Amino acid sequence: MIYTNTQIWTIIILLGIGTYLIRTSFLLIWGNRPLPAWVIQHLRYTAVAILPGLVAPLVLWPAATGGEPDLARGIAAIVTFALAYKTRNVVIAVLGGAVTLGVMLALVD
Amino acid sequence: MTSSTAKSDFWRGFGDGMPFVLGAGPFGLLFAVLATEAGLDVYQVIVMSLLVIAGAAQFAALSQMQDAAPVAMVLMAGLAVNMRMAMYSAALTPHLKDAPFWHRAWAAYILVDNSYAVGIVEFEENPDTTWQTKIQYYLGCALPVWIVWYIATFVGAFVGQAIPASIPIDFAVALTFLALVGPMLRTLPHVAAAFVSAAGTLMLWTLPYNSGLMVAAILAMIVGVQVENWVARRT
Repeated sequence: MIYTNTQIWTIIILLGIGTYLIRTSFLLIWGNRPLPAWVIQHLRYTAVAILPGLVAPLVLWPAATGGEPDLARGIAAIVTFALAYKTRNVVIAVLGGAVTLGVMLALVD
Repeated sequence: MTSSTAKSDFWRGFGDGMPFVLGAGPFGLLFAVLATEAGLDVYQVIVMSLLVIAGAAQFAALSQMQDAAPVAMVLMAGLAVNMRMAMYSAALTPHLKDAPFWHRAWAAYILVDNSYAVGIVEFEENPDTTWQTKIQYYLGCALPVWIVWYIATFVGAFVGQAIPASIPIDFAVALTFLALVGPMLRTLPHVAAAFVSAAGTLMLWTLPYNSGLMVAAILAMIVGVQVENWVARRT
């Protein structure tokens, strides 16, 4: 971690305040006044518009291999994604992927 | 008038919120272990979970930090993941608008995916109950996940310290994101948005300060909405 302690605390506190402001946006601030439908429509896609972007480079260019694509990690990623899609259970998917990665790395060695 | 009391409303909500503990417990544990391994100290991990209570956003910030992104980009990534909560806040407001200020302030703090999902189903089935009934129910359904989230983070932060650095958990953050994205791909517009997000970020990787992620996210939202409109026109 390249950050100073002050920077880390800044991140934590501002992320907390920012998240609270988002949560309270309508309950306390905007209230019951109507909002343009297109705004609500775009908000629906925020999470699915950012998480795939976060994960794609992590999977294709893993830090552990110095950014080189890696078979074991690629297969573990596919297994995790397939389990998540099928079961809709985050914990089962992560565990399944971790076991796959462990087995794959053991086979490669 | 039904004979429901504040206490029974609370416990009805509590029962409906209980199953989500099974997801929140391990997820909080995983976050705390990985954040500790990444170099945050125990207090930082615990305070983050107390203030933010949003696993996906905490993981988003963590992965940007591991990537040595500028502080502003770490914050934008975390907050972007949480923007969906503005939609939850808007959906709950018609039901809770008559509650006093501090009740609504409290309700906002514990607004997470689970409390929104359980609460809104109840409120839409029984729209004519009083704000007291609604807020008691909502508090009840949020409480199990909320308490378990704190405990899991607390335990995970200490477990993380005890795990030797030799165990390879470098890929766990990536697997966690994949596990979060899988269930989100419910409809064609969601799939299209996810594709643009992933492909766009990879193609825009060379933009400075990790800003390709944000550019791709905005494009992905627009594509999601456009595909949704297109699907609606066809049917």
